[in-house]
Amino acid sequence: MERTGQPGEMLRAEELVYEYHRYDEEGRETEATRAVDNVSLHVEKGEFVAILGHNGSGKSTLAKHINAILTPTGGTVWVGGKDTGKEENLWEIRQSAGMVFQNPDNQIIGTVVEEDVGFGPENMGVPTKEIWERVEESLKAVDMLKYRHHSPNKLSGGQKQRVAIAGVVAMHPQCIVLDEPTAMLDPNGRREVIRAVRALNQVEEITVILITHYMEEVIHADRVFVMDSGRVVMEGTPREIFSRVEELKSYRLDVPQATLLAWELKKAGVNLPDGILSREELVEALCQLS
Amino acid sequence: MSIKLEQVNYVYSPDTAYEIHALKNVSLEIGDGQFIGLIGHTGSGKSTLVQHLNGLMKATSGHIYFHGEDIYAPGYDMRKLRSRVGLVFQYPEHQLFEVDVLSDVCFGPKNQGLSKEEAQERAKAALRMAGLSEKFYRQSPFELSGGQKRRAAIAGVLAMEPEVLILDEPTAGLDPRGRDEILDQIQKLHREKGITIVLVSHSMEDVAKYVERIIVMNQGEVMYHDTPREVFRHYRELEAVGLAAPEVTYLMHALKEKGFRVDADATTVEEARDTILAALGKGNP
Repeated sequence: MERTGQPGEMLRAEELVYEYHRYDEEGRETEATRAVDNVSLHVEKGEFVAILGHNGSGKSTLAKHINAILTPTGGTVWVGGKDTGKEENLWEIRQSAGMVFQNPDNQIIGTVVEEDVGFGPENMGVPTKEIWERVEESLKAVDMLKYRHHSPNKLSGGQKQRVAIAGVVAMHPQCIVLDEPTAMLDPNGRREVIRAVRALNQVEEITVILITHYMEEVIHADRVFVMDSGRVVMEGTPREIFSRVEELKSYRLDVPQATLLAWELKKAGVNLPDGILSREELVEALCQLS
Repeated sequence: MSIKLEQVNYVYSPDTAYEIHALKNVSLEIGDGQFIGLIGHTGSGKSTLVQHLNGLMKATSGHIYFHGEDIYAPGYDMRKLRSRVGLVFQYPEHQLFEVDVLSDVCFGPKNQGLSKEEAQERAKAALRMAGLSEKFYRQSPFELSGGQKRRAAIAGVLAMEPEVLILDEPTAGLDPRGRDEILDQIQKLHREKGITIVLVSHSMEDVAKYVERIIVMNQGEVMYHDTPREVFRHYRELEAVGLAAPEVTYLMHALKEKGFRVDADATTVEEARDTILAALGKGNP
């Protein structure tokens, strides 16, 4: 099926299924696991979307469909209107959707920061002069320009991860998928990376799809999807999602600490609104009471 | 008793251009049966420090005493030290290698010279402590979920019956429930078996919730060594060195500024709830 795609649409999945198959020595199939089970969703251009879900819920498998590292075993995925199942679309899809993974050490290859960032555009055949322009603007976007001549080895985890993000930004993608980009970082590194990601979304207007286990990181998202057993089981704004504390816990998830505290206070009889997301909101709501 | 460090220094690549002074005059004591949190930004010296505690790294200068004995004294049994002070590395599941979970966990005790039967007994007990039931014994470790693999790897260290268990970010990459399950299990080990725990963590919320004392490392030095309440009182200083306090600490300070009569040093959600309820004149904590 070919689609031209709606003008504002970045990503659409319709009845997406992905099955892993296992075979015995004679090549007979012994087991099939549905990692993604009938997922339909769409993401608009410029949106900031977060995907939550426990280990093994299928969120990384879903993410890998967005730049066609995996292609559906059932259903269809369109990225920028292009069907990922078609070989001839791969080049274009991989340019429009970039990915950042958990471990920065596995993603950095250059011996100097600016070389590393220039690797992607160079591979795409971008003219040399433009490569340098892109390197500069990408490093600026993640606030790493002053480290352009440094060796990546000497950087902190958060800085390395920002270099990895700049490497993707330099390829001028329309969409960036980040698969637990802060899982290995200390609190400062986490803050730096999330700040950079939000800037890309708000300033550069790049569509962001953020996969994370840190609930605090999704409160700025436009929409949140919660996955469980390969399916999307919850969808809504962070406020809607985090109002459903018990449901989230049933999916092995959590809520931000301010939300949890508000919920505990509410249970103890304090009259607070649902879906408090930040400490500022909780302080505000408590001030209203007294 | 237990572990005592005196003026410990460690220098990587001494006398070269790459010389790094990773530990600077570290002196501290970890008492028997304590639950310690070790925090510090990446590169602060945490991992270097924990590798000294079981003798994997040898200090450039200074002394380390385990139960009063100098571990650097000639003839000290380092092998034995390593089984008494168990170290669970980051992403320990990458070190699983055997055909099934039970054999993997048997590897340590077998290496300690125990018979196959004894090793199996130890392994089974360790798997129970780590929260893995019998149905996992014959499964390949590679077919487990992330949290289960992590437990199997922790069981591998527990099977050596250590008196001290050091865990380097045992919950990195786990989902919230997986994180709570592992930390609850560790707390249980601490309470029921009296094992001394050193938990290296980047999560201030976890540290605040579980540990009795916190050691803060910064640039190779011990910056604080105190209870969570005392340490997180210095939240501004912690921020200056790339760390933070738990979210509730900030919240309590903000409330205090607005005139609420709350205990600003609360570090966990439960403590925060109780002091807010008290300030609102509700509940009786």
